[in-house]
Amino acid sequence: MKYIDGFRNPLAAKKIIERIEVLANLLKASGRKVSIMEVCGTHTMAIARFGIRNILPENIDLISGPGCPVCVTEAGYIDAAINLAKAGAVIVTFGDMINVPGSDESLAQCRANGALIEVVYSPSAAIKLARQFPEKNVVFLAVGFETTTAPMPAVIQIAEGEGIRNLSLLTAFKLVPPALKALMTDPELKIDSFLCPAHVSAIIGADAYKPFTGKEGVPCVVAGFEPLDILMAIDGILNQLVRNEASVENQYNRVVKPEGNLKAQALMDEYLQPVDARWRGLGLLPLSGLGLKNEFERFDAEKKHGITVKKGKEPSGCLCGEVIKGKSKPTSCPLFARGCTPDHAVGPCMVSSEGSCAAYYKYSL
Amino acid sequence: MKAELTIQLAHGGGGRLSRDLIQSEIVSRFGNGPLEGLPDAATIPWHCDKLLFTTDSYVVQPIEFPGGNIGDLAVHGTVNDLCVCGGRPKWLSVGLILEEGLPLATLRKVLDSMKKAAADCGITVVTGDTKVVGAGQSDGLYINTSGIAEAIKGFSLSPARITKGDDVIVSGNLADHGFAVLAARKNINISSALKSDTAPVHRLVQALEPFAGEIKFMRDPTRGGLSAVLNEIVENRNINIQLNETDIPFSTCVKALSETLGIDPLHVASEGRIVLICSSQVTDQILHTWKSMPEGFGAQSIGVVDSGKGRVTIKTITGGIRIVDVPRGELLPRIC
Ligand code: SF4
Repeated sequence: MKYIDGFRNPLAAKKIIERIEVLANLLKASGRKVSIMEVCGTHTMAIARFGIRNILPENIDLISGPGCPVCVTEAGYIDAAINLAKAGAVIVTFGDMINVPGSDESLAQCRANGALIEVVYSPSAAIKLARQFPEKNVVFLAVGFETTTAPMPAVIQIAEGEGIRNLSLLTAFKLVPPALKALMTDPELKIDSFLCPAHVSAIIGADAYKPFTGKEGVPCVVAGFEPLDILMAIDGILNQLVRNEASVENQYNRVVKPEGNLKAQALMDEYLQPVDARWRGLGLLPLSGLGLKNEFERFDAEKKHGITVKKGKEPSGCLCGEVIKGKSKPTSCPLFARGCTPDHAVGPCMVSSEGSCAAYYKYSL
Repeated sequence: MKAELTIQLAHGGGGRLSRDLIQSEIVSRFGNGPLEGLPDAATIPWHCDKLLFTTDSYVVQPIEFPGGNIGDLAVHGTVNDLCVCGGRPKWLSVGLILEEGLPLATLRKVLDSMKKAAADCGITVVTGDTKVVGAGQSDGLYINTSGIAEAIKGFSLSPARITKGDDVIVSGNLADHGFAVLAARKNINISSALKSDTAPVHRLVQALEPFAGEIKFMRDPTRGGLSAVLNEIVENRNINIQLNETDIPFSTCVKALSETLGIDPLHVASEGRIVLICSSQVTDQILHTWKSMPEGFGAQSIGVVDSGKGRVTIKTITGGIRIVDVPRGELLPRIC
């Protein structure tokens, strides 16, 4: 616990903020406004919770990126899960997905009508459910970034080892680097820097951001979730910008290694392969997701049940797609806090505990 | 091995077993006051011009938790409701709903705790009732308590009196009760230091008598925690409450658990604390008074009232300011 307090020391925070102000003034003197994108939803929440956005100098803007896995998963994916549930499968999911609107209804509504939808806290619980319902098809909603994906191979290993035949995964795994590439090359967006995720980077390694740095690139700083972590990362970013540099900096080196977690990467390589993936807001991005390799297709829910996940219908009036890209702030959505609140969410960015709209609603002044 | 003695349906049937239970367990503990002779209604003396009256039901699960059990909680909860409204607790009624199969040893433990808690608070159990329901129809043991207090002279508590410049004070660490019950329920063995804060606040309130007129509001932050109490005050008013994160007292265990579980401790219940709003002239005196008492040594001034749009905000450790939101629905059901 002392450990956490160390990263919440008000005096240390004050010192870093003073440094940030000096650097921001230097940038301002040369007429620069700076947009820093925090890629990860947990960062978005931490930034809002510690009120970091409103202590930054006015020429430094933090924009929230696509790092909430539930938010980037399209309505069509929920539709596919609901169709499987209606056909009698047991759907196993993390809690955040359950209230996300599909084209017509959410999994929660579907469950209220009698479908078997189980909320779990770890993927291994899917194995238990597969054993518990041997006569039913059990489908795990395999959604998430590299961090959530990493434990999946172990689940398949167990299922294989035990000869479990009734378990499959509806995969919508996403990879962070291809999304960063799409955002960086979007002509409408002007991102000056990435505040890179903590947990994802622990798997893929800080070096994974190298392609986005250098001459044509932007500063990429990996940060932890504590307020001092985030402030130090912003300080590091501004420092690079003042010096006209763009390199990878690993502020979270107490957890993240340059090469990442090689063991987890090897295991993922054994079972999964890059596939083209659809992202809400960003559209179809080549090789931006992970799917099961062909030799494991018996665990692939789409192949096993002969279905394809479609795009689906987005909730009308919802700007989530724009919010995810950082083009709109949640507060510029006309529905924000009016038609759309956490209790009656219109879009996934308000439903998910890591969604930008939820973070703004919960904490912003 | 002797079979464990348990509650049977016949204990609630009004016959011999009922009488035995009441005599041996209730009268033996609470029988020398108005309860003596078990009249159908208690006759109580009354010498003041205003009385306070409140009731609450207790369904906490588990029945026993680190730092207390449903028995002392049921006394403290009702006593505290009376105290924070400016009352001196006097009389208590106790309604017990027992489930068939409840170990007699558990009931005895709970009643012992109630007796001890009532004596400590200076409140007398004057009437009561016991019912038994079939196995599976409840969850071991529920308790309802109603309490009557005499109004302490000098208090004139009303949220409407709260104005810009007032101070917000708490009497000690917050959220221990909610997290202790949650940890007990989920078998999280974080530390033996995490205990419910269930305790009476009558001494704290009685010590405030000299400043009573300058105190505008008191509440015990139970369900919904500090956040619910403060948000209720500012709702539809032209005032804001500004808290200072670094001043709000939380135990190390609560900080650690709230991080691990992702639960905002501002939303979590305490059962032996007071949130108080007073004119800033008496803040130092109140803190001085409370800090010299064992149940108030952790008292802190945590924020101020300002003019505004009816919001509760908090200055975080980074110096940034954010909203303190109202908890959504029931965060931790059955914590009291
Ligand atoms: S406020 Fe609601 S409707 Fe608007 S973008 Fe966010 S989630 Fe969509």
